[in-house]
Amino acid sequence: MAKITYREALNQALSEEIQRDKNVILMGEEVAQFKGSYKVSEGMLENFGSDRIIDTPISEAAFSGLAVGAAMMGMRPVVEFMFWSFCYVAFDQIFNNAASVRYMSGGLINVPIVFRGPANGGTNVGATHSHTPENFAANTPGLKVICPATPADAKGMLKSAIRDNDPVCVMENTILYNMQDEVPEDEDFLIPLGKANILKSGNDMTIIAHGKSVHTSLDVAQTLEEKHGVSVEVLDLRSIRPLDVNAIIKSVKKTNRVLLVEENKPFCGVDAQISFIIQEQAFDYLDAPIKRISAIDSPQAYSKALENVQIPAHDRILAKAMELI
Amino acid sequence: MEGLHHDTILEPEQKNLKKDNDISESSDIASINMIDGSVKDFSQTEVNKNLSGEYKVNLYEQMIRIRRFEERSLRSYQQGHIGGFLHLYIGQEAVAVGSVSVLKENDHIITAYRDHGHALAVGMDFDECMAELYGKKTGCSKGKGGSMHFFAPDKNFWGGHGIVGGQTPLGLGIAYALKYNNKKGACLCFMGDGATNQGPFYESLNLASLWNLPVIYIIENNGYSMGTAESRHSAGDPLARRGDAFDIDWSVSNGHDIYEVRQTISDALARAHENSRPSVLEIITYRYRGHSVADPDQTYRSKEEIEEYKSNKDPLNLFREKLLKEKNITEEQVKEIDLKAKGDADASAEFADASPYPDPAELMDDVYWETDNPKEKKSYGTMFFETPS
Repeated sequence: MAKITYREALNQALSEEIQRDKNVILMGEEVAQFKGSYKVSEGMLENFGSDRIIDTPISEAAFSGLAVGAAMMGMRPVVEFMFWSFCYVAFDQIFNNAASVRYMSGGLINVPIVFRGPANGGTNVGATHSHTPENFAANTPGLKVICPATPADAKGMLKSAIRDNDPVCVMENTILYNMQDEVPEDEDFLIPLGKANILKSGNDMTIIAHGKSVHTSLDVAQTLEEKHGVSVEVLDLRSIRPLDVNAIIKSVKKTNRVLLVEENKPFCGVDAQISFIIQEQAFDYLDAPIKRISAIDSPQAYSKALENVQIPAHDRILAKAMELI
Repeated sequence: MEGLHHDTILEPEQKNLKKDNDISESSDIASINMIDGSVKDFSQTEVNKNLSGEYKVNLYEQMIRIRRFEERSLRSYQQGHIGGFLHLYIGQEAVAVGSVSVLKENDHIITAYRDHGHALAVGMDFDECMAELYGKKTGCSKGKGGSMHFFAPDKNFWGGHGIVGGQTPLGLGIAYALKYNNKKGACLCFMGDGATNQGPFYESLNLASLWNLPVIYIIENNGYSMGTAESRHSAGDPLARRGDAFDIDWSVSNGHDIYEVRQTISDALARAHENSRPSVLEIITYRYRGHSVADPDQTYRSKEEIEEYKSNKDPLNLFREKLLKEKNITEEQVKEIDLKAKGDADASAEFADASPYPDPAELMDDVYWETDNPKEKKSYGTMFFETPS
């Protein structure tokens, strides 16, 4: 199996699906001639032409809404946001139109669309470019939300998202784009939405994470194991909505201790919901209160010195984990 | 008449009217050009001159049916059968009926929240529409959309959208899909004058022109953005001129003359079909009721203003007079059509009243394609986090 980057995995997923289905197009700012702001679509304009790989003006409300309208007509557009932060100027198109048209039409109209792009802090670009909207996207019935954390997941889940008949928000991470790992070359390599992945098995504690915090959690698990003799299970949610509740509960029942880690802000964040589900469905199995680490609750800071503190890092997670033991 | 630029323009003494030679003597609804003040009889233009009497009567009947449906729904609202908002189309009937009447097989429609007129014009029936207003299971959206969200994709009708201007990029996308699939069609995207001040409208105009998309923006200018008169909500006049900045053909026309509406839309359709070019069409019209029926309609316009429009510009009266004069319709037929429309409207209210409400379990239907099609479900996991017990 070839080792490729997360970026190349996305490119493969997009290319294969565009090849496979003439209704699939990729649209967004700088996706064609510029090859993508993060070079995700490198080579695609040359391979598929300007009918399939479409440069848009900086005009998120128009091209997001256009894509929703085209999806209502049966196309399967993939909309790239240069940053998910920019979806805020297209909010109505995503959160009203894409999410609600099926419901409001009594099921007469489908919206098979993918909105994708990076949704992360940690790159010193300040508050406006560092939003992590997976919590409020998942708060909107009608939308599906996934946060692939590995190259293989990036490919397999994006392909599933494109083939999905509902709107799917794919939240990537610029810091993961260069991450390399083995990715199957099979054109029908699909990872279903809503299936969590246990990346490391353990017995004493479960760390539940999504996105880049999965990798920080794996590092912490290693430290806990090597330095403190604690056996840690790391569960990568992969998908926020649908959510693999069974996998969460199963792991909690096994380890009896839970630490939730996310780069999302805390208030009404993804882990607030997960925490509730655990106490509701596995309260009697808990040997300690659920612990939680999220981004520090201020607008995202620019300075490296501040942002490094803001985003859950190894030592902060480790300290919280130690409280559980 | 603050804000009603169309009414002031239509005051004959204020205009330097150019008398066109081609006005037929029988013309009752010769229209005054909104830009240069010339007068024209649109019944004799290309798209209208060969219409059969029967066809014209059908157009009239459609308009009457919209008005009677709206009047009946108002009564039902006042009786407490209908909740939420009810935005009535009364006064604007010629715009929807005239526009839809010139559409071809691959032409599509999308509109805003004042959508009953367009829905009925594309052929949705009274029962499913009234039942939707009543929130019943038999409604066109099974009671999940309500007044502002009627849909009939089988009739090329894509809603019914509640957020002002929010449908303008969707219309663009419908046009995009038509062009992508090499269909010779266009999307008529209706909006109100108030929507012209929403950002997505301009973003859409830019893309429509830049990408040569067959979308036709129809500003149904009824003079008011909710309770705010045009002179208080919009700089620059006319509104359609804003298309100029994007090199989009634009025009301003009268909405009380169904013939003029038909010709205007037909010209724009030709631009869309033949050259894949967008248009911005401002059609001057008027609504007799408040923004919604919850609007007491007493704070921002006078009764006299409404009465004057009803007396001089009512699209139904004008068309009926014309048809009577042409002997295309008789007084008896007029009464018959009206009685039938009222009867059908009453029957639709009875149908809606007798229909069941949706079952609480139906709250969870129609959210996702996937949860509605469990046999083809590919995903795992929990999709819903609170459901009816």
